[in-house]
Amino acid sequence: MIGMVATSVMRKASDLAQQQRWIVGGVIVVVGLLCVWFFGFQAPADAVSKYRFSGGGDPIQLPTLELPTATTNLILSLLLIAFGIYHLVRGLKNSAVLFGVVAFLLLAIFLTWSIRGASLNMTGLLESTLIRSIPFLLGALSGIMCERSGIINIAIEGMMLTAAFVSVIVGAFTDNLWLGLAAGVVSGALIAGVHAVFSIRFKVDQIISGTVINIFAVGMTNFLNLRWLTVNQELNDSGTFAKVPIPILSQIPVLGTILFNQIVLVYVALLLMFFVNFLLFQTRWGLRTRAVGEHPKAADTLGVDVFKIRYINVIFAGMLAALGGAFLTLGSVGRFDKLMTNGRGFIALAAMIFGNWNPFGAFGASLLFGFMDSLQLKLQILTSVIPSEFLLMAPYLATMVVLAGVVGRVRPPAAEGVPYEKQ
Amino acid sequence: MAEATASSISKPVKTPAPRASAWRDILNTLTIPVLAIFTALIVSGFIIAFTAPTVLTLLPNFWEHPFQLIGAMWDTVITAYAALLQGAFGDWGAILAGFQEWIATGDATDLFRALRDPFESLVAATPYIFTGLAVAVGFKGGLFNIGVEGQLFAGAIASAWVGFNIEGLPWFIHLPLALLAGLLAGAVWAGIAGVLKATRGVNEVINTIMLNYIMFLFTDWLLSESGPMRGSAGAPRTPEIYPSAYLPRVLPDPVRFHWGFFLAVGAVFFVYWFLWKTTVGFEIRTVGASPTAAKYAGIAVGRIFVLTMGLSGSLAGLAGANELLGLNHYMVAAFSPGYGFDAIALALLGKSNPFGVLASALLFGALRNGATRMQSLASVPVDIISVMQALIIAFIAAPEIVRWIYRLRVPTQKEQEVFARGWGG
Repeated sequence: MIGMVATSVMRKASDLAQQQRWIVGGVIVVVGLLCVWFFGFQAPADAVSKYRFSGGGDPIQLPTLELPTATTNLILSLLLIAFGIYHLVRGLKNSAVLFGVVAFLLLAIFLTWSIRGASLNMTGLLESTLIRSIPFLLGALSGIMCERSGIINIAIEGMMLTAAFVSVIVGAFTDNLWLGLAAGVVSGALIAGVHAVFSIRFKVDQIISGTVINIFAVGMTNFLNLRWLTVNQELNDSGTFAKVPIPILSQIPVLGTILFNQIVLVYVALLLMFFVNFLLFQTRWGLRTRAVGEHPKAADTLGVDVFKIRYINVIFAGMLAALGGAFLTLGSVGRFDKLMTNGRGFIALAAMIFGNWNPFGAFGASLLFGFMDSLQLKLQILTSVIPSEFLLMAPYLATMVVLAGVVGRVRPPAAEGVPYEKQ
Repeated sequence: MAEATASSISKPVKTPAPRASAWRDILNTLTIPVLAIFTALIVSGFIIAFTAPTVLTLLPNFWEHPFQLIGAMWDTVITAYAALLQGAFGDWGAILAGFQEWIATGDATDLFRALRDPFESLVAATPYIFTGLAVAVGFKGGLFNIGVEGQLFAGAIASAWVGFNIEGLPWFIHLPLALLAGLLAGAVWAGIAGVLKATRGVNEVINTIMLNYIMFLFTDWLLSESGPMRGSAGAPRTPEIYPSAYLPRVLPDPVRFHWGFFLAVGAVFFVYWFLWKTTVGFEIRTVGASPTAAKYAGIAVGRIFVLTMGLSGSLAGLAGANELLGLNHYMVAAFSPGYGFDAIALALLGKSNPFGVLASALLFGALRNGATRMQSLASVPVDIISVMQALIIAFIAAPEIVRWIYRLRVPTQKEQEVFARGWGG
């Protein structure tokens, strides 16, 4: 009896998977056909899309890639259709690959079409992709540290916003960017401390606790912004960190500009990615953290102090998110604007989920979101066909698509969101 | 009998009260919320005082003139809160004087001018009732709808479209049509998150936030220079709706109090009836209490997720429609001061109960209206009420803090809603 039910459930599941495969494959083919028609045949026959890789002043000049718009897009669209048919017939197991290939082809088609008759500085685009992915990366690392120990952190947005505000004010007041950065990080740690006390000591629902912090951060920064910064404009001008080129490495064409000629915070963020990965998977602390996030009771039985591990991880997570927030002000514009994080903390959460709670995976997703972010900026300058408001939606839409595509295939820490009761 | 089962599921740990009177029950439920509000006001008072420029300039010579500083702080807070109170509840002296003038001369101009302020609190409470119900319905179904603000915008856009595009209808068709459009738009926009949760298992929190940003940008586009809904006024706003779609005002100008308030109160009763007296409502609350248990009881959990989200969104959409048809009569980009975001605090304060939401909405309306006055009279930025709300939620979510401050005894545990179920992986 139970066996019969089980087989019928399984058959249903496999039917569903097949049905889903057909739908997804079919959609890809249809989209591919639309691309052939619109971006291929409708593109002007003699238009050329130029991808530049070197700036004017670079010592080593790379050739410009000149592609005939219509032909290139026809080829790319046919590749997309072929890929869709392959998925329809054979079925791709790995949804990340499926998603990645489709997204890459669609973006390439769209980009080639957008820059027809013009040229695009690819190095510049990739550099701004990296820079814009840093807040997502730091936010995602914050989420990983928190959630690996079993505490949901929806307050990344609030932590970033607070740190962005504090770092500008302190930076401008003391006229020292490093002090500003330090103050921002401390503010993040304090706010995370509140989240920790609420979630661990008072066992408040962690989503509610995070929402409290977000509302508080929005209210407080808006309040103080109006009260202090609008009357004392000089307090809202901290200046920004200067770029520190790494000798020799920064001379490498393309890669040097992108990776080795950045402000210190970018290097720090990338190093932190390796550090968090090392911490989580190579150290005793990481093992304990993951144990606490998966099965706190078992960890407790073995003598691990669940509360201590969680407190320290949450506070460290707050500092990471704060770095991301300070990056938005001290690292790029040098001033605070109302609600300037604009949902980046929540997008960082999506990056964390997409990366399956692993630092490197989260960085991959951050790069994707950073690319969408910098692409919409570039396109606003390049094309007037698509209203800028729709381009601005890109990172948010990408987040929803990524989540819909990936959730169910990733596995969050088992004890996440459950307050631990010591026996 | 059905009702008995329903309440036993919604309150699984209800222990028989040791012969407590109904009054003590009410007092017990009210203690924490009232003390939470009170404490939040005190803490916000300190924040207002310590951030005031006059106080900050006195701070360096605190040791020489300590009382000067304390006096300045006291003045700041009293000025601010007096403005808040006057804004929220009106100037009763002026109302009385206006009333006497009306009796004596038959001229009611001054009376209605004085009545504007207190009624303005009810005007602000109206969208709060809808948005608070929207969040509360989500809570009851175990969903956290942070997208109420975006759904409110969707509702306002849809009802504006119906309002200014269709001409020549009698009001009893045009007005309901415009309201319905707002309701549906909100439901559809929220429904997206519901469908994604039901079919793909995506947690609704991130998705509703993303939908907010998308809706705000969409509104910007609609009202932008080349946007399809931009009016001819030369400003980023839609054309004005036809008067046949107006929600009529109850009192003469300048009192802006309109019939939307009664609509909102009607929604309170509807939500109560729907959640506690119908089968679907029972299913929603069961899913909210435990999705796993609901699944084994044979409830189609996915369908309930979509339905709950749709119901929540339709209430949010009505909030937008209501604001547009009753007050603004056209859509602008900065349409709402955050009614949808404040609603989270409001629903928590009202314990997700429709009547609790009504009471909290009246309070929040007064607070919002008073804070606007506080900004203009005492130049305390209106955003301080977000801080107050955060504090209120914090104290309600962690009643131990309030009990510790006021040395209260720990009551028998009651069931709480749970949202932190992870990201649906």
